[in-house]
Amino acid sequence: MFPASFDYHSASSVAEAIEMLQKLPDAQLVAGGHSLIPAMKLRAAQPANVVDIARIPGLDGIERDGDDLVIGALATHAAVADSAAVQGACPGLAEAAAAIGDIQVRNRGTIGGSLAHADPGADYPATMLAFGAEITAVGPGGERTVAAADFFVDLFQTVLDEADVITSVRIPAAAGTAYLKHPHPASSYAVVGAAARIAVSGGEVTACALGIGGVAGKAVLADAAASALIGGAASDERIAAASARIGEALDEPLGDLYASGAFRVHLAGVYGKRALQIAATRAAG
Amino acid sequence: MGRYVGTSVKRREDPRFIQGKGRYVANLSLPGMTHVAVKRSPYAHARIRGIDASAALEMEGVLRVFTGQDFKDGGCGSLPCGWLVPDTQVPDRPIVVIDRVRHVGDSVAVVVAENPYVAADAIEAIDVDYEPLPVTVDARGATDEDAVQVHEEIEGNVSYTWGLGDEEACRKAFAEADEVVELELVNQRLIPTAMEPRAAAAQWDAAAEEMTVWTTSQNPHPIRLLLSAFTLGIPESRLRVISPDVGGGFGSKIFHYPEEVIVPWVAREIGRPAKWVATRTESQQTDSHGRDHVSVARLAMKSDGTFTGLDVETWANQGAYLSTFAPLIPTALYITLLSGNYRIPGIYGKVYGTLTHTVPVDAYRGAGRPEAAYLVERLVDLAAARLGRDPLDLRRQNLIPKEDFPYQTPVAFLYDSGDYEKLMGTAAERADYAGMRAAQKQARAAGGLRGVGVVCCIEASGPAPSAVAGSLGSAVGFWESGEIRVHPTGQVSVFTGSHSHGQGHETTFAQVVAEELGVPIESVEVVHGDTGRVNFGMGTYGSRSACVGGSSLVRSAEKVRAKVLRIGAHLLEAAEEDVVYDQDEGRVHVKGAPDRGKAFGEIAFAAYTAHNLPEGMEPGLNFVSFYDPSNFTFPASSHICEVDICPETYEVGIRRYVAVDDVGKVINPMIVEGQIQGGVVQGVGQALTEAGVYSDDGDFMTPTLLEYAPPRADLLPGIEVDRIETPSPHNPLGVKGAGEMGTIAATAVVANAVLDALAPLGVTHVDMPLTPERIRNAVEAARGA
Ligand SMILES: Cc1cc2nc3c(=O)[nH]c(=O)nc-3n(C[C@H](O)[C@H](O)[C@H](O)COP(=O)(O)OP(=O)(O)OC[C@H]3O[C@@H](n4cnc5c(N)ncnc54)[C@H](O)[C@@H]3O)c2cc1C
Repeated sequence: MFPASFDYHSASSVAEAIEMLQKLPDAQLVAGGHSLIPAMKLRAAQPANVVDIARIPGLDGIERDGDDLVIGALATHAAVADSAAVQGACPGLAEAAAAIGDIQVRNRGTIGGSLAHADPGADYPATMLAFGAEITAVGPGGERTVAAADFFVDLFQTVLDEADVITSVRIPAAAGTAYLKHPHPASSYAVVGAAARIAVSGGEVTACALGIGGVAGKAVLADAAASALIGGAASDERIAAASARIGEALDEPLGDLYASGAFRVHLAGVYGKRALQIAATRAAG
Repeated sequence: MGRYVGTSVKRREDPRFIQGKGRYVANLSLPGMTHVAVKRSPYAHARIRGIDASAALEMEGVLRVFTGQDFKDGGCGSLPCGWLVPDTQVPDRPIVVIDRVRHVGDSVAVVVAENPYVAADAIEAIDVDYEPLPVTVDARGATDEDAVQVHEEIEGNVSYTWGLGDEEACRKAFAEADEVVELELVNQRLIPTAMEPRAAAAQWDAAAEEMTVWTTSQNPHPIRLLLSAFTLGIPESRLRVISPDVGGGFGSKIFHYPEEVIVPWVAREIGRPAKWVATRTESQQTDSHGRDHVSVARLAMKSDGTFTGLDVETWANQGAYLSTFAPLIPTALYITLLSGNYRIPGIYGKVYGTLTHTVPVDAYRGAGRPEAAYLVERLVDLAAARLGRDPLDLRRQNLIPKEDFPYQTPVAFLYDSGDYEKLMGTAAERADYAGMRAAQKQARAAGGLRGVGVVCCIEASGPAPSAVAGSLGSAVGFWESGEIRVHPTGQVSVFTGSHSHGQGHETTFAQVVAEELGVPIESVEVVHGDTGRVNFGMGTYGSRSACVGGSSLVRSAEKVRAKVLRIGAHLLEAAEEDVVYDQDEGRVHVKGAPDRGKAFGEIAFAAYTAHNLPEGMEPGLNFVSFYDPSNFTFPASSHICEVDICPETYEVGIRRYVAVDDVGKVINPMIVEGQIQGGVVQGVGQALTEAGVYSDDGDFMTPTLLEYAPPRADLLPGIEVDRIETPSPHNPLGVKGAGEMGTIAATAVVANAVLDALAPLGVTHVDMPLTPERIRNAVEAARGA
């Protein structure tokens, strides 16, 4: 597999990367390279210029900032999965990172690259929605922060402009989070990924969100199911009843050779329910 | 157990593989080497109206572009088929097509460039004007009246029809049967997915008029023969074919492929070395695929469970052309295995080899035998369900008893040896079958979907003898050559015509020779894969290497020993009857006087100095044998598998997998266990995850590993491997094939376990791969019914 010809540039700062993106024709960032390079080898992507941001210092931090986690765009999936800070503040996020691909992929792929790429089978997007993340990007016009719910537009499409560089992601800490996935047997991408967040107070669910990835062109929030759970106990019966409404958020499922859209919706119901159960247990604990 | 044979000697080839020092064709770099890429058809069926390569030719670094006509005019012959059953109609298969493509990936044009990047760019720049045509893709659908013809001259798309068995006895069995179970099934197409994609390189020595071809082949000598006699036309004496380290084949690297002709032809044409390495997608698109049957089968029995008849009709998809051994697989390696491990008096099987607009189908690990095992073992489970019998119990009742060996089946084979009852008993014991069934009851009571599968399977390994293979359609023989060259210092070089591409011959063959000669294994080197160094040999497939290749080495070792004994006696001034060859020590000594002896090395040196040899004896210590076995060997297995199916998602989880195999005498238990484990994993892949798919329009839907799912480690728990040994009487080592047994049994046993789990829901059949959605659809259909 040989990519089409391209020129390689290494940026030493975010500002330089933005400048290169503006100046060089048909330029694209590369971070971990684990989505872009396979696409280039299949010649599905043929950028004329590739701007490598992997060597920009300081973009790979993982920190606790008050009630939030702040994760640099270059943090690898392995770093997120293994981080004690992430495991403690948001176990569901660590689970999602650990569920990505295989060890080689996790050692190279980055959270910024995953979010920018917006693959419908990616694991992170559903967690970003459910856990209420904010994504910070810097572009020619300066820095802006976008809520995850506004960030993903469609399959492989985000609100980022061509010369925007994601720098970090901010995620509110939440003990009651969980992520489960049914991986594709070949690609290992999510056929269905379910990210659940639950807060419980005085035996009642006070907040709930459920993100579903893998089913539609982009990850979605199963709002009807989540709201059905709020205002009562996080019992198995109530979770099962709420989960029966997950499909309402999935009216345009995609299918492939392995699993039809209808089957993905079915799986989403099961995986969503299980993720909610785990999140509820964690929220209570 | 000897000093070496029967022990788990560590694989001598592993240090170089583990350290990344393997020498693969793709690693080859020759001075001035050019790079070849092949333009391939995106259409399953189209007429080529024109090819415009002008833009490609203008690119810097592009040397030449060749089309089908160039190869034809340049003397390349079409790819032949090496196995023809009676009345086979063989479609023409040019090296590069001229005016019509017949499957996605068919070769259309060839680029030669200074580097592989430019070659890939040039491929994109070639403009081919196609007129797409309608297609046919389905094994059975190809014979429909309105099906599109793949080759005008082969009417109805049936390349051959072949039947075997006692039709009369079969008819009678069904007429008199108390019960008949019936099954229609698809044995899906598989893509072999060797770790190393195919590759070829070539160098033409214009002065010597000699061609060297490096290729990823399981059998370099037959490839040289085909290149010489059919496709390239260079005499064998001027053609050297080298298969260096090869990263897996599973059958797919047996066959003669277009690129093996293209690359040497180009090298000679342009006067520079050339190399081609397949991309993963090219491998998936153009390596010969496996399986792809549609079958209708019936099993007849008495009410007491005695099997009486089996009737099978199979449509075997052969793809767009006949690959090198294609007609062998669904005939003499499939119908002949339909007796399984059972006494079934009335068997008749019939197969139609059909042509479709898909990549050719040929041998893939197991090759015909897994298809037979799956069909028979599914029918036996259906029979057990019909009779309300335990599947293991019903099998035991019908197994061929130990006393009946050698056993003549109604479908040509004479099984050599076996003890199937002990085999299945060992598996049942290892698995605690009774305990599994008890646990299954409890699991079911608790709402679970627990399944237990049990199978007994047969394999025919090491196709033989050559004369019989010839009468069944083979164009080649199935003997093997083995040469032992003892050097003057007593070091030993072993030359085998079989080829190792993962099997570990460098270890096992060294074990055999070291044992036979009584020399340290460290002084034995094994050479294979080079027609310039090794005598003509037939290569590796059909689990034949130990049975046939190993036996030829035993024969050569016997000759070495005889000469060593004679020289030793002569040097000791003793009569031959008065000396012994001590295989433990590698010495010849006077009977009863071990200190009056000569070491192997001393005798080897004497053989070469020739100062003092017995009267009339030639110097040297070098023997070659060509061993033609008298029969196949018949390994057998009994595997038991326990699964849980999630009642919500229908995901299948394998809880336990027990594999008990009888591969005859074992040379290296560790290597055999590795072969069984690898085979099992591959078989489980067919059962649960793998399927090579063409759309109805002939589009190839599984061109990368994003879509095609070979099994992964997490699909299985540890595999519990055990064995019994009934030596084969047909070869001096007593060995039977070990390479394919795992694959043959695993597909069937996992399918049986899954369907056993689904039985309470009324599901009796699901075509593979048994994905959650397919299972759920079957469950819903059964609920609705
Ligand atoms: C075999 C395999 C299996 C995989 N399995 C999974 C899986 O199960 N789940 C899953 O979620 N993913 C999976 N992936 C994808 C993997 O997670 C990728 O690493 C990830 O999607 C992209 O991250 P990256 O750093 O490699 O991005 P790159 O490939 O470098 O870039 C991807 C895209 O994002 C852009 N980009 C990169 N960084 C930034 C940034 N900071 N700001 C703006 N744009 C940016 C690039 O321009 C490019 O368009 C798999 C990949 C492979 C090869």
